[in-house]
Amino acid sequence: MRADYVNLVNTHTVPVRFMYHSPETLGEALRLMREYGGEARVMAGGTDLIVDMKLRRKEPKHIVSLNKIRGIEYIVEEDGGVRIGANTKLRSIEKNSIVRERFEALYEAVRSIASVQVRNMGTLVGNICNASPAADSAPPLLVYDAVVKARSIDGERKIKIRDFFKGPGKTCLKDDEIVTEVFIPYPPGDSASTFFKISRVSMDLAKVNIAILVKLSSNVVEDFRIALGAVAPTPLRIPKAEEYLRHKPLNEENLNIVEKIVSEEIKPITDVRSTEWYRREVSKILVRDALNSTIKKLVRT
Amino acid sequence: MKIELIVNGVRRVIDVEPNELLINVIREKLGLTGTKYGCGIGECGACTVIVDSKPVLSCLTLAVEVAGREITTIEGVAKNGRLDPVQEAFVEEGAVQCGYCTPGFIIMAKALLEENKNPSRQEIIEYIKGNLCRCTGYINIVKAIQKASEKITLKERKTT
Repeated sequence: MRADYVNLVNTHTVPVRFMYHSPETLGEALRLMREYGGEARVMAGGTDLIVDMKLRRKEPKHIVSLNKIRGIEYIVEEDGGVRIGANTKLRSIEKNSIVRERFEALYEAVRSIASVQVRNMGTLVGNICNASPAADSAPPLLVYDAVVKARSIDGERKIKIRDFFKGPGKTCLKDDEIVTEVFIPYPPGDSASTFFKISRVSMDLAKVNIAILVKLSSNVVEDFRIALGAVAPTPLRIPKAEEYLRHKPLNEENLNIVEKIVSEEIKPITDVRSTEWYRREVSKILVRDALNSTIKKLVRT
Repeated sequence: MKIELIVNGVRRVIDVEPNELLINVIREKLGLTGTKYGCGIGECGACTVIVDSKPVLSCLTLAVEVAGREITTIEGVAKNGRLDPVQEAFVEEGAVQCGYCTPGFIIMAKALLEENKNPSRQEIIEYIKGNLCRCTGYINIVKAIQKASEKITLKERKTT
């Protein structure tokens, strides 16, 4: 088994035969998706898809590349938030000043993804469409209540990020839909957000990742949002912890209870990266560290 | 499928299959074997090349995806038979041991210094985190990149 696996990884071509389509307009791409539906895969950066094809985890008959479609690579402020296009590279997102200043958790998450090379290739939309439970961009998008815009030939629909993920590698997208954009509303004024992850080395996928958003008003928590990844089949918000902490002072006692709620609410498994026990334990530490770091940001401003 | 690439400043027209990777084209069809095939899954950085001024992984790039683009490999770094300051610094600092990871590191160092002429030690370390050296010569690699940055600054001062 092992030798076989190594061989497949090191194949010099992608061991899958497929038809390559590189439409120049979104309309053409949508027509192709309608025609080939379940047998097609959309490719943006390819950093997940090509690896999956090398390992034969995915064997699409058609690849619809977004590469040549103009007009879907942007980061623009609009309607109380920021819109990020499907072709926008992770590296452009981390270099964007609006993201850096207003969406701290997203900035920190994107910067923590793999390497400069991978971020020059991969996209935010690709990161969520791949639907890894450990996707680093997912917890921040969850705490910001981002909206995913998906299109098919029939039109556009808006999906709350909370409803987007359906399981490991699964989203609520239909076979003929393409995500064209993610809209991220501005977080409330005077709030701050933080992303943290635990991984073996910084290149690795997360054992556990977390994003939180806090707004205080005279030492009482006015808004608290928390999301974790790699602790369940999909990235999760933890509403029970959020409700508990709202309108309460941020003290040691409350912090202990929030940690406990989080470690009970998550549904981690044991896999190659961590055990279930470890994930529950380390989640508590991450909650504490992320809260501390967010409070520091609030004090600074 | 015929595609056109500009590789190290030279226009090349190549026939490729959809499932062919950029690294196959570079190494096998163009005979530029300086770019190395390492892990094949985007974790080691040995296959890094520059596409339109950005470093990317040639082992995860379909050749058809970069049709019409400008590609720089390690063979395009030295100019007119003279080593680039980054290459000189790698030699002087003993940043090359077995050499397999070196092309990837040099491409990354070039890309970093294009973006940021005077990177701090921390910025260098962050930028090359996707490149693995299994001889573990990281200290000298970081030193070499610092030295290259100094060399480039000095050179610019002389010419202005």
